[in-house]
Amino acid sequence: MDPRLLHDLERLLGSEGVLYKPEDLLLYEYDGSVEVARPDCVVFPTGTAEVVEIVRLAARHRVPLVGRGAGTGLSGGALAREGGIVTSFARMNGILQIDVKNQRARVQPGVVNLDLSLAVRHAGLHFAPDPSSQKACTIGGNVSENSGGPHTLAYGVTTNHVLALEVVLPSGEVIELGSAAVDPPGYDLTGVFVGSEGTFGLVTEITVRLTRLPEAVKTLLAVYDLVDDATQTVAEITARGITPAACEMMDGWTIRAVEEYVHAGFPLDAAAVLLMEVDGLREVVEAEAQAVAEVCQMHHARSVRLARDDAERDLLWKGRKNAFGAAGRVSPSYYTQDGVIPRTKLPATLRQIGEIGRKYNLAIGNVFHAGDGNLHPIILFDERNKQQFRDAVAAADEIIAFCIAAGGSITGEHGVGMEKDRLMPLLFTEADLDLMKRVRAVFNPTGLLNPGKIFPTTKGCGEIYVRPQPAQAVPSP
Amino acid sequence: MSMAAAALSEHLGPIVGPEQIITNSEHLRGYRVSGETPKALVRPGSDQEVAEIVRFAATERLTLLPTGAGTKRAMHVPAARFDVAIEMVRLDRVVAYDPDDLTLSVEAGVSLSRLAAVLAEHRQFLPLAVPFMHRATVGGTIASGVDSPLRQFYGTARDYVLGMEFVTGDGQVAKSGGRVVKNVSGYDLHKLMIGSFGSLGVITKVNFRTFPMAASIGAFIAFFRSVRDAARMRDRIAESPLRPLTLEVLSPLATELLFGDRATGVESGPRLIDTPSKAHWALLVSFAGSGRVRERYERDLRALADAGASAVLEENTTSAVLARVREFSPIALESSPGAVILRLTVLPGEIAEALDDLARLAGKQELPWAAMARGVGVIYLALLPTAQDGEVRSRVGRAIDDLFDAFRPRQGSLTLAWCADAWKQAMSPRKTTRNDLEQMRKIKRAFDPTRVFASDPLGAWV
Repeated sequence: MDPRLLHDLERLLGSEGVLYKPEDLLLYEYDGSVEVARPDCVVFPTGTAEVVEIVRLAARHRVPLVGRGAGTGLSGGALAREGGIVTSFARMNGILQIDVKNQRARVQPGVVNLDLSLAVRHAGLHFAPDPSSQKACTIGGNVSENSGGPHTLAYGVTTNHVLALEVVLPSGEVIELGSAAVDPPGYDLTGVFVGSEGTFGLVTEITVRLTRLPEAVKTLLAVYDLVDDATQTVAEITARGITPAACEMMDGWTIRAVEEYVHAGFPLDAAAVLLMEVDGLREVVEAEAQAVAEVCQMHHARSVRLARDDAERDLLWKGRKNAFGAAGRVSPSYYTQDGVIPRTKLPATLRQIGEIGRKYNLAIGNVFHAGDGNLHPIILFDERNKQQFRDAVAAADEIIAFCIAAGGSITGEHGVGMEKDRLMPLLFTEADLDLMKRVRAVFNPTGLLNPGKIFPTTKGCGEIYVRPQPAQAVPSP
Repeated sequence: MSMAAAALSEHLGPIVGPEQIITNSEHLRGYRVSGETPKALVRPGSDQEVAEIVRFAATERLTLLPTGAGTKRAMHVPAARFDVAIEMVRLDRVVAYDPDDLTLSVEAGVSLSRLAAVLAEHRQFLPLAVPFMHRATVGGTIASGVDSPLRQFYGTARDYVLGMEFVTGDGQVAKSGGRVVKNVSGYDLHKLMIGSFGSLGVITKVNFRTFPMAASIGAFIAFFRSVRDAARMRDRIAESPLRPLTLEVLSPLATELLFGDRATGVESGPRLIDTPSKAHWALLVSFAGSGRVRERYERDLRALADAGASAVLEENTTSAVLARVREFSPIALESSPGAVILRLTVLPGEIAEALDDLARLAGKQELPWAAMARGVGVIYLALLPTAQDGEVRSRVGRAIDDLFDAFRPRQGSLTLAWCADAWKQAMSPRKTTRNDLEQMRKIKRAFDPTRVFASDPLGAWV
């Protein structure tokens, strides 16, 4: 990197605001995915004005620029694929305004997702999107990836809760999109910006909608001897028109990994469990919990357990939210996919994933948002074994191909990033992708912001893709 | 460049078939928008035909305006002169409906009423209770971005449209999103199409998430002497654990228009609601659930209404009442030939202040007015002059100017939503303080580089 650029960045942010020594950059080569890319430097602005200056310097030196929250992403979105400057929002972590009356909050991008919910809990409110990484991931990252989470089944994903953004464009211009009031006039730029994976601009302020906490919550754990019975239960709940707040599934392999780690009381001999939650008015919750339990029993659940208190509920959720961490404890590396399928295709898809695992002789755990058909197969491999690494990637691709054939999508909440860019032509035509690129160019005409993401870098599909080899065990998200 | 009707017919004929082109000027007058009459009407039967029409128009520098059932021609959207209306009613297939997945894919020309019937067979529905419900098409509803009282619970189209296909200004069929309920692959371009009034592309197909119908619904109406008291009840409901389906605050005249003796545009019959007087504000809230859930809503709402007069509405009455709330704009337009409907958005806790200002400014010009405020902070204000002479018109003009002045410094927005053609032509663009206008203009250029689509929602501002 041009030493003059580094000098300018240090003058702007102080020496503590710029990292460039190789040992300091190591952490920033990774996110939660298996991708690796090293930036030339990492900068830590403290406010919008500094972000503007960073963007201007990057533009002047024609250096790529990538935004980064907590680095928990699962598609390489926050990695500097083509080098350059990573802008970390770690120091822009202020909650700027909490407006209880209007159920709004204005935050900086570095605010940790859970911290916002904790800050508004006293008023009976929360920020509804709850990614499994919510104790670490930032709202800026959630906005870029349009993150989901277990409770998005009933509450919607990030985009359903973001009302306005302050954004620094790659030109250095600062614009406000949307408004705290609903239905801002003109085109829905906020809507297209959320989930643009950091390729449009750097978000410096976010106005979100806060949601009232439910009066009552019931959490149920249904245990199954057959995976098919669990998936049939999910299909039946959907078909009956019950929308639980959450409906999560873990298969036997995952249950055992989690139980060893968290000790939540999951039965070690089960083939699958469903973790379901209904919430709302007391009267509604009672009726729905009963209906859900009935469906479980109809589909041969071995047992249906109702969490007796908050402590038990928290423990069950801790088990679910630490499933990936648990996988990290039993395997040197794992590769998580994020395919989506129509919910009625769950039984067939899980059977297919089992087949694929057998074909490649790989252990594949399943933990996923069953209620909205968003799969997270965890493919275990040892990255020191090159053949196994290639097999893991091939198995993942076969799973994704099955999802697409079933009418689904390549990613439900993790983003395309640098991991699934080559799969985009399987979903979109050249005309679709061309229009998307034209929209990117509206905000990011030089392409210097987060280059090498979302769009396939090589033409045509079906080529052999050699993934960068991870240098060490992949950190768990 | 302009092309004569006969030449248009000759070129478009091979694309759609000669019987799908209309150049009869008498017939075309029905397709007039803002005083502009098209030279031809063309009815494509597929997205490929739409694409060919757009490519032809782009080459010949003709301008296009897509149309569905034509229920939104009284909406105010600045538009350039346009040559050809593309009527989408032949794209009327329900492409895929998977009730067990709660997903639906339909072509743009399908009418909402037909769709409702298809969904009702599986006890499902779309929460699009929009004006002119019985005639409106899916494409027109999405393109115009009209909202539904059910947004209180279900959100708006941007929350349940899963994906879309459309033809852009360069004649390409493009898509975004998909047909599954959770999906982050690629940019959400379909969100730009919602409310774009056909200025970015012609919507050909929309994928929706569908919703199970509630087993039963009920409603509650409370009456208040002041707007403050009505709005205070809205705030109390927002602070409560209740999750109503709809929540509207209605001004005295709005209540009268929708439910009183003057109610027009709806089937005659006994009064749906007895109002205590013609001076009361009303708060109408509906909710889903049977048995104990209903009892809970009724009990809590009565307590929240405090001393105000109130009534619980039964299921049948609730459906009829919600249908009228849905049709507020058509009913207001029909009640006065000079009607102008403004749409304001405010923070939900500021509804009372906003309604106070509206009442004052409309009153200053001695204009009858009716207002309906949705609980989420969207206010429809209908100015309803009783005469149409020049003097009245200038008073309406002054009221609009005053309203724009009063609301500019506030958070939120004010737009002219529905009005007679004469008003549209008289409206000059307003100053906006938004600093994303340039990006919006660039979005227009990205979708429609040669400006083949005539409507220009951004033209309302400078």
